[in-house]
Amino acid sequence: MARRSQELLSIVRSGIGRRNRAQIVVQALGISAILFAFLTLLVLLGSLVASGYQAFTQTHIEIQVYVDPEKIKEDKLPRGDFRGLLQTAILEVLPPIEGRRTQRDATKILSNGAQFTLRDRIVESPELIGRNVVLNIPASDPYDQLNKGLIDRDTPEEYRRLSNREIAWFDHIKSSGAVSKPFNSALLFNADSRFPELAGLRGALVGSFWALLVCFLISFPVGIGAGVYLEEFAPKNRMSDLIEVNINNLAAVPSVVFGLLALSVFLGWFGLPRSAPFVGGMTLALMTMPTIIIATRAALKAVPPSIREAALAIGASPQQVVFGHVLPLAMPGILTGTIIGLAQALGETAPLLLIGMNAFITSAPVTPFDSATSLPTQIFIWADSPERGFVSRTSAAILVLLMFLIIMNAVAIVLRQKFQRQW
Amino acid sequence: MITLAFLILLAASVAAYVWNYRAAQSIRKQGTRLSSVSMYHGLYALLVVLIPVVLLMLLWLSLQEPLLERVLMRSLPQASALDDAGARQLILAEIRSIAGGRIFGQPEEWMLVAAERLNQMNQYADRAMIAVQLILVTALFWMCSRRVSASFKAREKTESIVNKILGACCIVAILTTAGIFISLVLETVRFLSFVPITEFLFGLNWEPQIPMREDQVAAEGAFGWIPVLLGTLTITAVAMFIAAPVGLMSAIYLNEFAPEFIRGICKPILEILAGVPTVVYGFFAILVVVPAIRNVGALIGLSVSPNTALAAGGVMGIMLIPFISSFADDALSAVPKDLRDGSLALGATRAETILKVVFPAAIPGIVGGILLAVSRAIGETMIVVMAAGLIAKLTINPLDSVTTVTVQIVTLLIGDTAFDNPKTLAAFALGMMLFIVTLSINVLALRIVHKYREVYD
Repeated sequence: MARRSQELLSIVRSGIGRRNRAQIVVQALGISAILFAFLTLLVLLGSLVASGYQAFTQTHIEIQVYVDPEKIKEDKLPRGDFRGLLQTAILEVLPPIEGRRTQRDATKILSNGAQFTLRDRIVESPELIGRNVVLNIPASDPYDQLNKGLIDRDTPEEYRRLSNREIAWFDHIKSSGAVSKPFNSALLFNADSRFPELAGLRGALVGSFWALLVCFLISFPVGIGAGVYLEEFAPKNRMSDLIEVNINNLAAVPSVVFGLLALSVFLGWFGLPRSAPFVGGMTLALMTMPTIIIATRAALKAVPPSIREAALAIGASPQQVVFGHVLPLAMPGILTGTIIGLAQALGETAPLLLIGMNAFITSAPVTPFDSATSLPTQIFIWADSPERGFVSRTSAAILVLLMFLIIMNAVAIVLRQKFQRQW
Repeated sequence: MITLAFLILLAASVAAYVWNYRAAQSIRKQGTRLSSVSMYHGLYALLVVLIPVVLLMLLWLSLQEPLLERVLMRSLPQASALDDAGARQLILAEIRSIAGGRIFGQPEEWMLVAAERLNQMNQYADRAMIAVQLILVTALFWMCSRRVSASFKAREKTESIVNKILGACCIVAILTTAGIFISLVLETVRFLSFVPITEFLFGLNWEPQIPMREDQVAAEGAFGWIPVLLGTLTITAVAMFIAAPVGLMSAIYLNEFAPEFIRGICKPILEILAGVPTVVYGFFAILVVVPAIRNVGALIGLSVSPNTALAAGGVMGIMLIPFISSFADDALSAVPKDLRDGSLALGATRAETILKVVFPAAIPGIVGGILLAVSRAIGETMIVVMAAGLIAKLTINPLDSVTTVTVQIVTLLIGDTAFDNPKTLAAFALGMMLFIVTLSINVLALRIVHKYREVYD
């Protein structure tokens, strides 16, 4: 017997090294899987920051414009030749340039929106006519890129977006100290534009705000109502089983299908306006509702039965128990689920594309029924734009979106930590 | 006008609350014992006034515009003469924009008249709504103010109304599913009247171009969904090829080997990957992954098309890692401790225990999770819209450019509102197929997960 166990032991011993090595391999595979996931996350965020941070500043050029009363008549302000004023002004700071065409090229250092800035300024205070105005104007996209070092001066001229002459112009202005690179407030406070240096997220932010507000106003009460009913009052029969299966499946329906629903029902049957944040909000509400229902039910389940029984014992009706005692105790859990649901809704793109929230709109919406974009659809539009300047602006827009998501999730986590009770 | 209507409603219901509350209080002050607290008398009045009127207003507002526009179009000889629904739609859209004050160019005289009439009718309808609303509010107010009495069971009545409201909230969820199903079926049936079902299901060509003019010789348009399906499956396969092993291995490590604090750090970080919006993944694909694949391809002398299935599928795989990992983690944790302990007691190493005992026991749960991930991958839209191709090819080569069901739905519908040509209707037919496929996978997966849980509970 002893010899037999000795033999067995030696068999086990002989294999133990191999088996331990196998264990190390399994562990190493696991660690490398996790490292792979972390690495992709790092590359994802890193690449966005690396390409996006430049868009938070914008090259501006300070320029003195003489508002020539010959060209700008007070009674015909909208027709004034503001472009001409700017051209004269820019030619003054540059070394002498020959040829109309080249002169016009030189004006392109300034953003195309400069003439409108000037016009608005003079419409506001017409007494400026005949005087000098100092303006701080965004540089147009190629020069902005040059100033940020994104255009390599060493590439051969024919492959570069700016010719040697144009670079020399810019350097000339820069040496005079008129070039600055302040925070790009246009990114947050301007609406969309065809010109990267003027494009901003205001329309998208306001659109997303309206859509989320509508989404919250619909999905929060209805979701809580359905959750309370299913958990507390619904008779246990086939109907309630059906509703339950239905809600679980609804949570897994692809988002683009909700877009199809919105397109054919909200726009097709009810004739609601296209591209409106109101319709977007309703669509998002349908998608968020299952999340809120599930969160509500889980939060209600977590409230211990003793609370219910105590309230029932002193004579509260079932509804008084729920609305007076159980629901308030479950509220932190419900709110956490709601915020997470809204954060998902904020990042949702596909259904909004189908109802037309990817239109090109140069003003922020005033009501939820105006045409608008949302943050994610704006990202989609900019990602599709060919201008180089939109690449970094897309990344910047994504960083803004991620910032909102982080804030929302942080609020949800704080709520959970602060108010969640262990019974 | 609508704001006014809602203000009236709000004021009326608050007034009803106060009125009945006061009435109940005065009964109480006389020394009679009430069957319900005064507050419930007030609440009852509030609900009785509020709910029917809100329902009426919602119904009215949703029907007013379509009905009036239909009446208008009937009355226009210029519009009712047209057979083409699309042309009628165009006329209506123009009248609508004129009525809204947005006039482009020189519209014809009859259109201006029609727009004027539309505005007029809308104004009348708004006034009519307020009148009806006022009558209804007064009637309800009067009705419930008469009911205040000591014996009136206001609490029971209120609670039964509240119960019905809560039940109605559940109906919204059912209506959503029904709405999805009905709208998809209706549009798909219309699509099938243009394209025979056999061609759609078994056709090997997907070229959803239709002639814009009658005399155009260009493509006839072909609507066979097989190449689109193949593209979807290719991208899904690539995604699962990355997500499944990485997700499973990380779940095994976190569940079995990782110390508690590492698990506590790693799980939330993995969750971040799941919280990133898909449009961000899409941009990541075109910003980083596509150039990287192209460079690697150039390095080893492969010609890689710009919209490869590899890029879209790979990025989608990254998105799905946390999804699979958390499902597998749950499934591994659900395996009873006895099995694990028994295996360790017999002298198996921890790796042997997890691979040969725990993992096989958790397979149903893991398979369920992977199936759910597959259904996610099939329905995922933004990544493929941004990174995959548009042209349907009959190929499963991951280095080739392929298209997917969701890409086709989005590209067919962006910027197109007419509902009467096979091109837009095809999107709904594809949506129908997508809905059926993902729904069956979900039901199957949930059933597997469910069944497996019962075995151990």
